[in-house]
Amino acid sequence: MSKFKKKSSASQEIPTSALPDIIFMLLFFFMVTTVLRETTILVEQNLPRAEQLRKMQKKSLVSYIYIGKPKDTDRYGGEPRIQTNDVLISTDDVVQFVEAERTKLSEAERNQITMSLKVDDGAKMGLVSDVQQELREANALKVLYNTPPEAPE
Amino acid sequence: MARKKRSGGEVSAGSMADIAFLLLIFFLVTTTIASDKGLAISLPPKPDPNEPPPDIKFNERNIFKVLVNSQDRMLVEGEPMNDASQLREMVQTFVNNNGRDPESSDSPTKAVVSFKTDRGTSYERYIEILDELQGAYYDMYAERMQLTTKQIREINEQEPSVQDEYKELKKELPMQISIAEPSKVGGN
Repeated sequence: MSKFKKKSSASQEIPTSALPDIIFMLLFFFMVTTVLRETTILVEQNLPRAEQLRKMQKKSLVSYIYIGKPKDTDRYGGEPRIQTNDVLISTDDVVQFVEAERTKLSEAERNQITMSLKVDDGAKMGLVSDVQQELREANALKVLYNTPPEAPE
Repeated sequence: MARKKRSGGEVSAGSMADIAFLLLIFFLVTTTIASDKGLAISLPPKPDPNEPPPDIKFNERNIFKVLVNSQDRMLVEGEPMNDASQLREMVQTFVNNNGRDPESSDSPTKAVVSFKTDRGTSYERYIEILDELQGAYYDMYAERMQLTTKQIREINEQEPSVQDEYKELKKELPMQISIAEPSKVGGN
């Protein structure tokens, strides 16, 4: 009996002082390794500013189209171009891009797809409206002209 | 000389982990990556080739015309104007005319703002003017509903009852900004 009652002289507590360090290490590990998937933007993007901004409710419904003068003018020329994902495309390919984006969404959300146009302020309306005509063709009627908010809110 | 052994000299660090977690979660929740903000419009649906375009006879008085040419010069209701900030007030008086002035709109439901650009118009100017036109309507909604313009733009975050009220208001005061296809003078 006395065998069990014998008190051990060793401390019963598990040292937890290193736990926060482990947590921090985890935090830093994830912070460093997480890469937010971003497209490399091949066109200039000085977005014009506006005030009457509306926020998109659901990010998953948004697809981006970038329009502007190519940064690499030697390769792509000096005229404003359209970029989707990582490639420059012509206006004819916009419909195809919209369809590809649409298939990523669930059945119920397909008609809610929103195209976010990120257009450089130097671009002309001709190209923007060409894109809009294509979007009409693809039946993606919700458009958001992406603009950064006015600096002093 | 044996020193007296002190006990309890350690700071209890067990809750540090919890604090670290709390911080982690706080940042996870508050961080928003690249906000999607901008001017929202909806394009008209593609015309049906089987049906002839509907022959809508608009009364001239119900259209508020804004034209911008390839030099970014603006023509509002036939008058040259360069300061876009005046547009907001002009649109509001036009929409709220209710048939008083025979040159202006019959009623808010019939009033249409027509915004036409040239292919050579810069996107910057286009956004500047569209911003004012939309702002004019948001201001009117805000005034009617006793809210701030910002609350109107973020209407989806409001109470459902307020949202319903907004929907009703939109029926009697629809935001009818027609963006016409640009003309082909300026090229590009």
